[in-house]
Amino acid sequence: MSGAPVLAVEHLTMRFGGLTAVTDLSFAARTREITALIGPNGAGKTTLFNCITGFYKPTVGRLQLRHPGGASFLLERMPEFRIAKQARVARTFQNVRLFAGMTLLENLLVAQHNPLMLASGFTVLGLLGSRAYARAEAAAIDKARYWLDRVGLAARADDAAGALPYGAQRRLEIARAMCTDPVLLCLDEPAAGLNSRESAELNEFLRAIRDQHGISILLIEHDMGVVMEISDRIVVLDYGVKIADGAPDAVRNDAKVIAAYLGVADEEVESIGAEVDS
Amino acid sequence: MSEPAAPPPEAASADKRLDGLAAVKDAAVAALVALGLFILLIGIRTEQGPSGALVFTTRFTLLAEIVAAVFIGSLLRSLLWARAAALLARLLPRSDGAMAANVSRYLAPVFVAFALVVPILFYRNSYALGLASLIATYTMLGFGLNIVVGLAGLLDLGYVAFYAVGAYSYALLAHYYGLSFWSCLPLAGILAAFAGLLLGFPVLRLRGDYLAIVTLGFGEIIRLILLNWQDFTGGPNGVSAPHPTFFGLPFTAADNGFAATFGLAYAPAQRAVFLYYVIVALALLTNWVTLRLRRLPIGRAWEALREDEIACRALGINTTTTKLTAFAMGAMFGGVAGAFFATRLGFISPESFTFSESAFVLAIVVLGGMGSQLGVAIAATAMLGGFELFREFEQYRMLVFGAAMVAVMIYRPRGLVSTRTPSVFLHERKLVPAAVVQDARAGPETPP
Repeated sequence: MSGAPVLAVEHLTMRFGGLTAVTDLSFAARTREITALIGPNGAGKTTLFNCITGFYKPTVGRLQLRHPGGASFLLERMPEFRIAKQARVARTFQNVRLFAGMTLLENLLVAQHNPLMLASGFTVLGLLGSRAYARAEAAAIDKARYWLDRVGLAARADDAAGALPYGAQRRLEIARAMCTDPVLLCLDEPAAGLNSRESAELNEFLRAIRDQHGISILLIEHDMGVVMEISDRIVVLDYGVKIADGAPDAVRNDAKVIAAYLGVADEEVESIGAEVDS
Repeated sequence: MSEPAAPPPEAASADKRLDGLAAVKDAAVAALVALGLFILLIGIRTEQGPSGALVFTTRFTLLAEIVAAVFIGSLLRSLLWARAAALLARLLPRSDGAMAANVSRYLAPVFVAFALVVPILFYRNSYALGLASLIATYTMLGFGLNIVVGLAGLLDLGYVAFYAVGAYSYALLAHYYGLSFWSCLPLAGILAAFAGLLLGFPVLRLRGDYLAIVTLGFGEIIRLILLNWQDFTGGPNGVSAPHPTFFGLPFTAADNGFAATFGLAYAPAQRAVFLYYVIVALALLTNWVTLRLRRLPIGRAWEALREDEIACRALGINTTTTKLTAFAMGAMFGGVAGAFFATRLGFISPESFTFSESAFVLAIVVLGGMGSQLGVAIAATAMLGGFELFREFEQYRMLVFGAAMVAVMIYRPRGLVSTRTPSVFLHERKLVPAAVVQDARAGPETPP
């Protein structure tokens, strides 16, 4: 099921003044795979996300996104809204960013802004009450209804997003990202604050997005239960440097990864490696 | 004068139990504070005597009266306040729930129907007709500003600039090119929309307080240009703007006038009625367009921008064009209202476009409830009507006005109509409570 790389990160470095958050990072996320990005707090994971989605401009490096159709985009050269609109990279945020005062349905319609804007003839036809726009809006509502169903929130479609409990807000944010028809879905800690049942449901949902909708997922996550179970590939960062990259089993037993998570002195890394191997 | 001093905090809990002794103690403290405050301000006085020297006089009787008034006032407040507050809370309906929806459903058509029959009711009362036109003008301005502040969440303190651009567009086009009111009306809107874009570009990155300061400056810049470009605008002397015609028929007693053509007796009120219907039609058009825009992708993008700009960009919304269209659309309605203002008065000068006008329109929008069309119309009526009602008490007008504003902001912090009506629904239309809706006061965005 793995294919060509959907996202190729090459020699990415991101500096904030004297602080280097990401150093010479290269990896590839493959089509129709779930690639997890893990590492201790402050390892540069969210910085990398912000580089990919255009909220930060990388200091050095190249970010190439390839669509299954063959189109290719250099993300580091695009403003963030074009990355979402043309390169079709969707994202969620670590601290959920919903449109709290708008209903669930409205949230999902805002996500379909660009196609709807086109259908409304950049507002002119819509203002005149064109039938084509009415049809496009009905289709958009159908799509929103589908994704609300998928995340189990259809019954609350007309409630304010800000009134939802936390777990539901996280699910809604994923549904909203899916409404943009992404090629690559970037999820920043989707399981944070979820209980074990909710995170099991999330696993199922993410697998379905990958398998049924053929979407590649890039995932930041601290919950190892989620990461190890659903990832096809794991990239581990520590202090902005890639320390491991591979299948879950390989990463799980990597000496450097264990050292980074448990926090030991550099000379002890070797001995831990020996213990794991034996 | 008899403003009671605030009770000390430790007395607050006793106050709740309506403890008479604590109330007396409270009042005594307040009276003591009043004595300390006023003994030098009121009790002792120096006046210029007949020889030019200062004469020392005392007014201890007046001082005693004031201190006694403070004592009694404070006592009454302590004893009655808790009960009065509870009563007031019961009398003022809460803004959530289905009641608000029902009220707005019936109130809006009643409001419009009343607006349409005003000239019939007040045909002979030119003062009332003028006031009604003014209310309609400010309602239209409120609708326009509501797009920028209420929907897009961009705090604009210089909205009067667009009003001025519209008014001067008409007056100057008529003055230099002899264009009529009806051909100038769309031009004034377009020119004001361009002014909106002009303001929009430099402030794209700003939000909240910073944006407010820059827009405030923009409003002053426009006014100062109008004031100082004397060769072109007439400067402080202003410029005259011709009255509108009814499809080419002027409202005069002449043979080719409106009255003569329709075989009516000439009356000056005919013009006033015509002008009134013009502005009501314009305000209703503004309302219709705004309500329609809210249901279109651009309107939802404006509201999403108010809620969370970062999330908008992550969803592929071009926030630059979205903000600029909000500014341009709001400015356009302001400009059209300005052209009407010019033609109604027949003369404009930069004096009419001071900051206080911006503040007044913003107050209408905030008081009405940001984003609510009905709220804006009610607030414009209440504020202008209230202003006229208290015209006799010229000195105390601002005092009463300010107190009323404070009271509304205490009991209705999000304006008269604070709930948000969703633009679309799947099962049933539920109002969004004010607590979760963002407003234009939000500070700068934090990075993702």
